[in-house]
Amino acid sequence: MSTTATRSLVAELLADIAPEAELDSVADGEDLRQALDLDSMDFLNLVVALHERTGVDIPEADYPRLFTLAGMSEYLGTG
Amino acid sequence: MHEFRLPSLGADMESARVVEWLVAPGDTVKAGDLVAVLETDKGAIDIEIFEDAVIEALVAPLDVELPVGAVLATLRGGDDGAAATPSAMPPSATPAAPVAAAAPTPAAPPPQAPPALVPRAGTTTAPGADGFVRASPLARKQAAARAVDLATLAGSGPGGAVLAADVDGARAAATATPRPRGFDAASMRRAIGAAMSRSKREIPHYYLSQAVDLGLALTWLAEYNASVDVAKRLLPAVLLARAAARALAAHPAFNGHYVDEAFVPAAEINLGWAIALRGGGLIAPALRRADQGSLDELMAALRDLVKRARGGGLRGSELTAASVTVTSLGDRGADLVWPVIHPPQVAMIGFGGIATRPWVVDEGIAARPVVNVSLAADHRVSDGHAGSLLLEAIAAALAAPRDL
Repeated sequence: MSTTATRSLVAELLADIAPEAELDSVADGEDLRQALDLDSMDFLNLVVALHERTGVDIPEADYPRLFTLAGMSEYLGTG
Repeated sequence: MHEFRLPSLGADMESARVVEWLVAPGDTVKAGDLVAVLETDKGAIDIEIFEDAVIEALVAPLDVELPVGAVLATLRGGDDGAAATPSAMPPSATPAAPVAAAAPTPAAPPPQAPPALVPRAGTTTAPGADGFVRASPLARKQAAARAVDLATLAGSGPGGAVLAADVDGARAAATATPRPRGFDAASMRRAIGAAMSRSKREIPHYYLSQAVDLGLALTWLAEYNASVDVAKRLLPAVLLARAAARALAAHPAFNGHYVDEAFVPAAEINLGWAIALRGGGLIAPALRRADQGSLDELMAALRDLVKRARGGGLRGSELTAASVTVTSLGDRGADLVWPVIHPPQVAMIGFGGIATRPWVVDEGIAARPVVNVSLAADHRVSDGHAGSLLLEAIAAALAAPRDL
């Protein structure tokens, strides 16, 4: 999945999870959790939503690969 | 005929505004029904009624700041002839002094099923659907500074969230009625300040902490989460909440309220769960009976509570039901927290961030996930020895995750 597509998907999903998050201000390589002040509940909800939308299985051990938009893009592309 | 009055939703609440009626004159209401939406220092809160009655008249005007105890509506039937009680206050509460009036009495839980375990039908964060306006913290700040009503702006962010740029583009229309929704960070800060000042003034706190090895608990959790659907995964916070609740069940001197110079133990273990709000602020609605039910149910209740704390739809009873408060700083949190007790509760339990630390195992040193568990407790009710036993019980519960 391209980073642009990932960004727009994540923006859409975060609108429900953390409506106040301004994803535009976050760089591709930045840790989303820090940049948007997401807690573990927000992040889990994002993983659940990503799984539901893409069908990609995301084991807990892979969470660190989803901390950035760039990482997420790569993970969803190959997953 | 009797009256339905503005309930106190905590030690820190003095007034509120009715922003929406959910009932009309002539409506028949049952105990537990939602009757109005209040704008409080804690944001928009749905308040329930705790009797069966017929709404006779809606007395309180909308959007006018009213003191706790003000008449909101008149009722027929139900408790006619008996002393009218504010909705979110259990019947035995004593409204003698402001302090006592603010005290939720633990004896009488609302007669309805615990609302925290029932995800609210139709819960949504769609803009405006529940009166909560989606907006970024910066947009909120700018809107407040310019007296722009966020609700009047068309948001260009995800899901229609109002962004700073939208506020920039909007003129503070002199005719627009300022009607802040969501929560007002400044007034919430004042309310927190008032409650915490009272706590430090009145409650002789003592503090304890213990480092706890979470190795067994997190190994169990990883196995459990690998075996269930992603939507059913549990967070470590659920194990921490359950362990605290179980320990409190065995050590009741920390679960209850200090009212009229005496400790009143609570019948249920309702954990006030401290939830940080984006844009600053804190609210601790109750996870009811956190010692009971499955971890699955506790996780669902926690997820629902966090969503509503941040997105709107908390009920008044959820703000008054807590018998003790727990704060968990989460995976990016500091090592250790020294809590300030929320009066009239008598204890607060804190979990620092979980971090990998050196830990002595047998004769050697191993890297283990460790959490610092802390306790602030009221010396009028308990002492350090009892507190140590409580922390030990939490550690023991976390060492046997299968039994949580």
